Amino acid sequence: MTALVHHFRYEFRTGLRDATLLLMNYLFPLGFYAMMGLVMVQINPGFKEAMIPAMVVLAAMASALLGLPGPLVESREAGIYRSYRINGVPAVSILLMPALTTGFHILIVSGIIALTANPLFGGVVPANWGSFALVTLLTVFSFAGLGCLIGVVAHDARAVVLLSQLIFLPSTLLGGMMMPLDILPQTVRPVSLLLPASHAMQAFHGFAYGLETVTNPLLSALALGASGLIALVLAIYLFNWDSRNDVRRGHPLMALLALAPYVVVIVAQL
Amino acid sequence: MADQAIQVKDFRKLYGDFVAVDGISFSVEIGEIFGLLGPNGAGKTSTLECLEGLREPTAGSLDVLGLDPSRDGRKLRNIVGVQLQTSGLPANMSVAEAMRFFCAYHGVAPRYDLLDRLGLAAKHDARYADLSTGLQRRLALALAVAHQPQVLFLDEPTAGLDVESRAELHALIQELQAQGTTIILATHDMAEAEKMADRVAILLRGRLVATGTPRELTATGEGFTKVSVRTEQSLLSSNGTMFPAVHQRSVMDDYTVYYSRDPGPTVSAILGYLSERNDKLIDLRVERPSLEERFLEITALGQTSATAPGQSGATAPLGAGTGKGGTA
Repeated sequence: MTALVHHFRYEFRTGLRDATLLLMNYLFPLGFYAMMGLVMVQINPGFKEAMIPAMVVLAAMASALLGLPGPLVESREAGIYRSYRINGVPAVSILLMPALTTGFHILIVSGIIALTANPLFGGVVPANWGSFALVTLLTVFSFAGLGCLIGVVAHDARAVVLLSQLIFLPSTLLGGMMMPLDILPQTVRPVSLLLPASHAMQAFHGFAYGLETVTNPLLSALALGASGLIALVLAIYLFNWDSRNDVRRGHPLMALLALAPYVVVIVAQL
Repeated sequence: MADQAIQVKDFRKLYGDFVAVDGISFSVEIGEIFGLLGPNGAGKTSTLECLEGLREPTAGSLDVLGLDPSRDGRKLRNIVGVQLQTSGLPANMSVAEAMRFFCAYHGVAPRYDLLDRLGLAAKHDARYADLSTGLQRRLALALAVAHQPQVLFLDEPTAGLDVESRAELHALIQELQAQGTTIILATHDMAEAEKMADRVAILLRGRLVATGTPRELTATGEGFTKVSVRTEQSLLSSNGTMFPAVHQRSVMDDYTVYYSRDPGPTVSAILGYLSERNDKLIDLRVERPSLEERFLEITALGQTSATAPGQSGATAPLGAGTGKGGTA
């Protein structure tokens, strides 16, 4: 237990001490939130309704997709996991502790956004704070799982950027954060529904704001949880201690299984 | 078996088609410092990493304190200490943080005294990335011994260390041995192996070509013992007298140097010769061939005569063995 406490404390501090992680955990999401609050609300007053969930999802994506996987790959390449292994640090801790602390950073930023959006920018607060908190936790869990999985399957730092952006960029455009899902063309909608951000937004709208949704919010919430769980289990299964050691369990393409719950939702919608 | 800490039998390690280690066998007794020597690519690190449980052997059996490293990795972690040749710590982790972190996973109290002893007293709050290579290696060593392991694996422990740090490290290794720790020392530094190791094994192209105590190994080679003599009248340097078992003679500064196959008779004869002629002895030095010279001799022979690993055929004999020492 003491070991886990030390590990958690170290990883949490790293999220603040490391310049890249500080940027992804706090500066980028809060800076983007401030910009959106100052500019987007003027351009599109309707954005006030989606502001809080959209910025929470963006904070989760920034921390978990752009921040979390990089150090996992760098540590493997630098032989840090070899040091961990010979000193008895289990693979589960190596993956879960950064995921957990990243989740804490996201929750802190989410709290700041949720509490300041209304007084600062007129953002609409959730109708049901309890549901908002639950969906936030599910969103954090889902993205943290994906971030871990990307860190495990990416061969090097360049692959991390590629894989992370493969989810991050489409999510910002098609994930219902900047424009509602129901105004997207029908042909684009299945692509949008492959993205966790879309389901997070649907769950926020349905449960926390009581708004009409494109998908069943319960299905979206379940898909988020299931995807996060599958991603974490796969990350632990596919984890490789050593970049010089080619022996690994399973093929990296198994990672695509983490998207299976979203495919189920798409099929259910048809 | 009971007094053996490590047993390696017919161990092979392949990376694809490349044979890194080709069927070696050796054992290490409890409390022994065992040196694993060899040029780059000889298979030292592969052997160590399989013993440490970081890699799986391709064939053969490995036993560390009764445990199979590839199956009993978790049990092994708390009874062995490892200083890897290539490893790292997170750049942002401080020295004290690293000590707390790893000791917590070993279930022991942090050993800050080790940090102080290894010259890291003023560096407790320094980030790992800000330490010099030498300090990083000292930290790795402190972490390797903090949980008082029964077996300690050291892979090139003094690489990048200054003279003072090397001496401190050697003192620490000897102290650990006195406490009963078994130490496996892989090194390029022959002087270090000769000074520290009770026994050494020389690996060449994945094969074990010689094992024994440093003294045994140096005694079995073709090297000559150097007998250097300086006298008041310098009779030896002026008249070119040769003595029994002497192969070659030279004069350096005020010394006459004899290269002898058998230093006992040579020295006796020299002393008798000087006594008869009333030439007073000022200095007499007898230097056996060093382990480094013997190592170079073995590896030179091996490079020219050993069959490439992975092919059939036996390694050519490399010097005659006597007692415990000799070819393997």
